[in-house]
Amino acid sequence: MSRREPPAARPGQPVVFPPVTRIRLANRLAIWFVERRQLPFVTVSLVVPAGSAIDPIDLPGVASLTADMLDEGAGGRSAIEIQEAFGRLGTTLNTEAGSDAVLLSLSVLPRHAHEACARVADLVMRPTLAVEDFERVRTLRLNRLRQLRDSPSSLADQAFVQAIFGAYPYGHQPWGLTQAIERMRIEDVAHMHEAAYQPSSCTMIVVGSLEPGDVARIAESAFGTWKTGSDPIPSRKMGSDTIPSASRVILVDRPGAAQTELRIGHVAVPRRTPDYHALVLLNTILGGQFVSRINLNLREQKGYTYGAHTAFDFRRLAGAFVLQTSVQTDATADAVRESVNEIAAIRGERPPTTQEIDFGRATLTRGYARHFETTGQVGRALAQLAMYDLPDDTFDRFVPGVRAVHADELTTAAERHLHPGELVVVAVGDRVKLESGLALLGLGDPVVTTVAI
Amino acid sequence: MTNMESQSINIPFSKHILGNQLQVIIHEDHACKLAAVNLWYHVGSKDEVAGRTGFAHLFEHLMFEPSKHFGTTYFELLQRAGGQINGSTSTDRTNYWELVPSNALELALWMESDRMTHMLPSLTATAFETQREVVLNERRQNYENRPYGLAIVALTEALFPADHPYRWITIGAPADLRNATLADVRAFFRQFYHPANASLTVAGDVDTDAVLDLVNDYFGACPAGEAPPVVAPAPARATASRRILEDRVELPRLYSAWLTPAIFTDGDADLDLASDILAGGKPSRLYRRLVYEERIATDVSASQNSRELGGFFAVSVTAVPGVGLDVVERAVASEVAAFAREGPGDDEVARAKALTETAFVSRLQRVGGFGGRSDQLNSYNVWLGDPGCFTRDLDRYRDATTQSIREATARHLLPEHQVTLSVVPAGRTDLAVAGSDVVVVS
Repeated sequence: MSRREPPAARPGQPVVFPPVTRIRLANRLAIWFVERRQLPFVTVSLVVPAGSAIDPIDLPGVASLTADMLDEGAGGRSAIEIQEAFGRLGTTLNTEAGSDAVLLSLSVLPRHAHEACARVADLVMRPTLAVEDFERVRTLRLNRLRQLRDSPSSLADQAFVQAIFGAYPYGHQPWGLTQAIERMRIEDVAHMHEAAYQPSSCTMIVVGSLEPGDVARIAESAFGTWKTGSDPIPSRKMGSDTIPSASRVILVDRPGAAQTELRIGHVAVPRRTPDYHALVLLNTILGGQFVSRINLNLREQKGYTYGAHTAFDFRRLAGAFVLQTSVQTDATADAVRESVNEIAAIRGERPPTTQEIDFGRATLTRGYARHFETTGQVGRALAQLAMYDLPDDTFDRFVPGVRAVHADELTTAAERHLHPGELVVVAVGDRVKLESGLALLGLGDPVVTTVAI
Repeated sequence: MTNMESQSINIPFSKHILGNQLQVIIHEDHACKLAAVNLWYHVGSKDEVAGRTGFAHLFEHLMFEPSKHFGTTYFELLQRAGGQINGSTSTDRTNYWELVPSNALELALWMESDRMTHMLPSLTATAFETQREVVLNERRQNYENRPYGLAIVALTEALFPADHPYRWITIGAPADLRNATLADVRAFFRQFYHPANASLTVAGDVDTDAVLDLVNDYFGACPAGEAPPVVAPAPARATASRRILEDRVELPRLYSAWLTPAIFTDGDADLDLASDILAGGKPSRLYRRLVYEERIATDVSASQNSRELGGFFAVSVTAVPGVGLDVVERAVASEVAAFAREGPGDDEVARAKALTETAFVSRLQRVGGFGGRSDQLNSYNVWLGDPGCFTRDLDRYRDATTQSIREATARHLLPEHQVTLSVVPAGRTDLAVAGSDVVVVS
């Protein structure tokens, strides 16, 4: 046996996404089911298109506060009784309030699936929304925001979305802003619930060891009486009200900080962009993986950071392109310069090489199967189809789609969607040590600001 | 295939020992076209000495640098093959894993065996210096620059005596990291990174006989080392103490901690269930009283930290604005005392067991990665000497009773051995538990 050459891979097998059974209840609630028999286990999710992007402009945070209120009293049970009921079924409900949707999910042994769905139905169809519970939950949220104000990464995230999105629906984090949360009333939550929690716009996703017939019966029994209410809230569009920050370098002072938290980026594209496969490949080369250009530069060559990566944050509307890292204070200006140079270079003087493209294609396509190993992963994949209105064959098209991206398409995608001249830099760190270095980057004078969360 | 509806969990495997003492566990499951390679070295920060901390973890970083037969970082070839790669260091062990499409299994074994056999000669001073900076930055990011991030440093210093290797955290002290030399690191590798101190699991869409052949080919030539000395500090017994750590936070947080039994020993599972009943979710005793009813706290959590040389149990509670930690501490102490006196109710135990069982099956869905089947097989092999302890492990929880949970709590969560740490905003030591001393950690 020779150790000199790496062993070659045997031929692989194509990844085929499991077949999805789709039915609709009379009230238009969509039910998607994937049968999985490896383990006696079922993951149930409900996708509600009620994320923070539909927060009214003066009420940032109301959508996520509404999601929080669902399990604070429903179907005649108190907050504690609801969680006791889930606990007896061996599960806890996971509520994720994102920008585009609220995702309620839980995993149970199959014998508890029926009961678990009935309890979820209580939450979305029959929440109590009592004023005393609301006051308690609102106080908890305000205290949560106090804790986020101590966290450099939360400050950087909020400063970044505010700077690049302005008044656009993604210009605040789902958890909202203190000033608005303080003003909110239970009526705001009740209105959000009535308008945004409608069977016709929701998708129930079931993955696991059940029969299609079981799923149909469970869904009908739990959600069959869910009535369509008033007109749904119209979703907000990206409009001329977007006011991105005029300054390019935003400095949030954290005296004596042990590191500088950095975000560098700009507004990019929605998930449904026709350039999706090209952008995924481009990002893999630029900053999506350990061996991508930016991490190799900032971590493996310079040792400035524990890690640096970039992402196109694909959402329903145009999300951000963002580089995210946390670097040692005295390397901050250098790290920003290197980052901006890497982003500029990949669409200019150093376009992706043939080797990088081969590598990116290989890593993305050969490892694709591992994204669909568990019921939770398959459920999450289906939730993306629901959240972003993607075609049924999205996952089967990924591997051939990435393989088919040509070098010139990558160049075009980089030119279209990376804009070095529009990059906004957010730095949360020790102003005294950072300000002069950042001023010399040629991105304009740093604007020192505070971040309201 | 497991069957939770019946009582036993059957994860089929075979165990082999190579001529150089390497333990090899193979588990076949062809449901997904994935192969998992998982390698444990029985070394962690417990094998370090005071003044020379952080080596085990720093070495983990160096294991991703080029080895003799691959001139790139460890990631390049494996990511090209579609693999996912990671590693982690704890107080007790260091694990490395690759999750690859099953057609690339041989590559993963080639890589993993190359760094076990040929890492040392390739290691350069530049790589060493760079990774030291990376680790110092990891420490800044995850501890120094994170709210409450240094509490664990203050807590372990209060819990463990000066000569106990759990006194320092795995990432080590910055001064020790700066003082480390390449020679230190080489000596460390020779002592701990060899077949006699390792356990290898290969799992997933693989053929047992073929794997055994490959493992013999690739790992068989690695020289056997000497089993490192057993670390056996005197049993630690914390004396009660009250400390204050000032931090860049707005809301003060209380930590109450006790030394508890080691992983898989008597009382470990009982205390794990107790942590859930005390502070897991809204129905838990501390959430219900402190957050839901009295509204003096905004979050609660508790955990039994199960480790090889002994565990520790920690409760943490963040106060709401305007409430001092004395009030919080009294409420926590009275709940813990009541729990130790009266024990949990039948319904509380039933829920905690049901949640444990679901989480157990959920982890078994994955063949690779942290906590997946391959990692579990190695965990049982290293801690219990038998990879097939799934049912035995779960039975520890199934067999727990209101009585056993009460007894474990009463025996180990004693006020006279309680360590109390108040993390308060800088300059607000008045918010701390009365009678506490200020400590400084970095």
